[in-house]
Amino acid sequence: MNLHEYQAKEFLKAYGVPVPPGIVAATDSEAADAAATLGGSSWVVKAQVHAGGRGRAGGVKLVKSSTAAGEAAGAMLGTRLVTAQTGAQGKEVKRVYIEQACDVAREIYLAAMIDRSLGRVSFLASSEGGENIEETAQANPDNIHKLVVDPNVGLVPTEVQAMAEDLGLSGAPATATAKAIEAVYKAFTESDASLIEINPLAVTDTGEVLALDVKMVIDDNAVFRHPEFEKLWDEAEVSADEIEARRHELNYVHMDGNIGVMVSGAGLALGVLDLLKAKGGDAANFMDVRPVATRDQIAAGIRMLLADTKVKALLVVAMGGGVLRCDTIAEGIAIACKETTRHIPAIVRFAGTAKELGELALQNQAVGVTFAHDLADAAEKAVAAVGGRG
Amino acid sequence: MGILVDGDTKVICQGLTGATATRLTERAIAYGTKMVGGVVPGKGGQTHLYLPVFGTVAEAVSETQPDASAVFVPPDKAAAAMIEAIEAEIPLVVCVTERVPVQDMVRVKGALEGSKTRLIGPNSQGVITPDVCKIGVMPERPHMPGRVGIVSRSATLNYEAVDQTTTVHLGQSTSVGVGGDPVYGMNFIDCLKLFFADDATEGIILIGEIGGTAEEEAAEFLKSQNSKKPVVAYVAGLNAPTDRRMGHAGTVDVFGGGGAADKIKALEDAGAIIAPSAAEMGTTMRKALGGR
Repeated sequence: MNLHEYQAKEFLKAYGVPVPPGIVAATDSEAADAAATLGGSSWVVKAQVHAGGRGRAGGVKLVKSSTAAGEAAGAMLGTRLVTAQTGAQGKEVKRVYIEQACDVAREIYLAAMIDRSLGRVSFLASSEGGENIEETAQANPDNIHKLVVDPNVGLVPTEVQAMAEDLGLSGAPATATAKAIEAVYKAFTESDASLIEINPLAVTDTGEVLALDVKMVIDDNAVFRHPEFEKLWDEAEVSADEIEARRHELNYVHMDGNIGVMVSGAGLALGVLDLLKAKGGDAANFMDVRPVATRDQIAAGIRMLLADTKVKALLVVAMGGGVLRCDTIAEGIAIACKETTRHIPAIVRFAGTAKELGELALQNQAVGVTFAHDLADAAEKAVAAVGGRG
Repeated sequence: MGILVDGDTKVICQGLTGATATRLTERAIAYGTKMVGGVVPGKGGQTHLYLPVFGTVAEAVSETQPDASAVFVPPDKAAAAMIEAIEAEIPLVVCVTERVPVQDMVRVKGALEGSKTRLIGPNSQGVITPDVCKIGVMPERPHMPGRVGIVSRSATLNYEAVDQTTTVHLGQSTSVGVGGDPVYGMNFIDCLKLFFADDATEGIILIGEIGGTAEEEAAEFLKSQNSKKPVVAYVAGLNAPTDRRMGHAGTVDVFGGGGAADKIKALEDAGAIIAPSAAEMGTTMRKALGGR
């Protein structure tokens, strides 16, 4: 799950990562009050959405008075911010974060993440942080420094200090950066994070080090042991569809086509999307059913597909395994199809465990579906059912 | 012969008394897998499915000398179970558990280093040498003893490849799932090495998907080999919904890698034969092995 900037900063601050003083606000008057409470002569008003690229998209404003802070907040709140990472529909700004502004001498990029190939926590850092980090990294990959942590050893202080020096720092800023790296590591491991990205980590005119922006992602599989994050779900920017899918343990992502797709297994689901495209069709969604799914969860998934008026045909591809059986899926399909008034073509391809039982269950219950004999046949029949690309 | 497991492989099950573990172990026994015991903390001394249950892996090892352990343990306890098996020096550990926290897997990888254990998974369907030994949750039926080694990240795409190679009468030497998680045990390269060295394996199907760099690394490895065994590769996710990522770390790290098109190109450049779709893995291998 993604955290908002203000949530991540509050969390990191407790570990000793220096952050500027800030207050979160949900209205323009709260924002003006926040600036007054914080004191100082200039502030930054930042839209709180789960996406990078806010600066370029107008989601970050520097203001010189508390009145201006209120105005800037008012202009952002309730709008949808479209950044390079949000997609065209953007994300609604429900909160803004007001921070004291500071004079930045240098911008550093610092991220802790899981290196998938090594299976270890690793830090990436660059002396050229800021909004252009991706371009900078591509143009000058030598300026990305990497520190890989051996889980059997932990963070090695001399390596941390060396990383700070690789960033061209010395003296107090180098020491402060090294301390920040150590604090981030502790926060990362204790929170079950999969990403903590500080960009920029600013070195101020006075030699202080401050985390000006933070992106933090918690491993969804570990949230069960972190009640402190579980309560942040209500602010998570997840669509109503995805929340509904989550409730039924389905993995769902909305897409732009007109074929509603349910597949057992994420890899096979990706394969089915590719096949539909190759046969001239487009999926309305990605929906992956877990091996431990029940018939009620399957029924809930089919209901979701039927509720989407854009969906003109259903395609269910199931490969029964040692846990998930095709007859369980068939029962789920039957429950949802028998209660609906929306009759659209449904193509079903069963294989593996209980294939025949599944097909028999649908026939016996007189649920009108078309069976496909293999993957290619299933994709062709689904595309034919919607008359090609919609 | 096949790889990793054969008719002599003695297997214990960690978490044996759980409902799913019970059902899967019954099926494994019926399939011919040599199950020799189970491990369930607090239940040592009991008998389940006519198998002795031990309280710790160390006891199970000293009493039954297993070659492999099937870890059927819930996600919050899976890492501890894997580490216990690694510390007890079980040669092969297969973990099917989904949703293991990724930092737990970082610790498991740490325990694997310098150990005598090979780990398959987590979030893997397991490993099967058809008609000889199965450790995992895969359906038995589509399998047929034969000539093709299969290694995949996705379980259900693996079953597709199994089904298709059976349909074209090639069958499988061994089929392995490396698992769908970001941090896991044996990877494509480890399995390719074993398949290249295995007499029963005449060709290999490698099934990748978007995310990570395992396919790119496998491609680099393939370039360094001059095996005559054809490698058919399929990579899912050319039309995946766009990833809603946060921040830049992924792209900064891999410089644009991780997409299906890049992976396909890397594998093709390394000499792999690309299956045009998930429906054509079997027929592509059939052609590669000189069939009609």
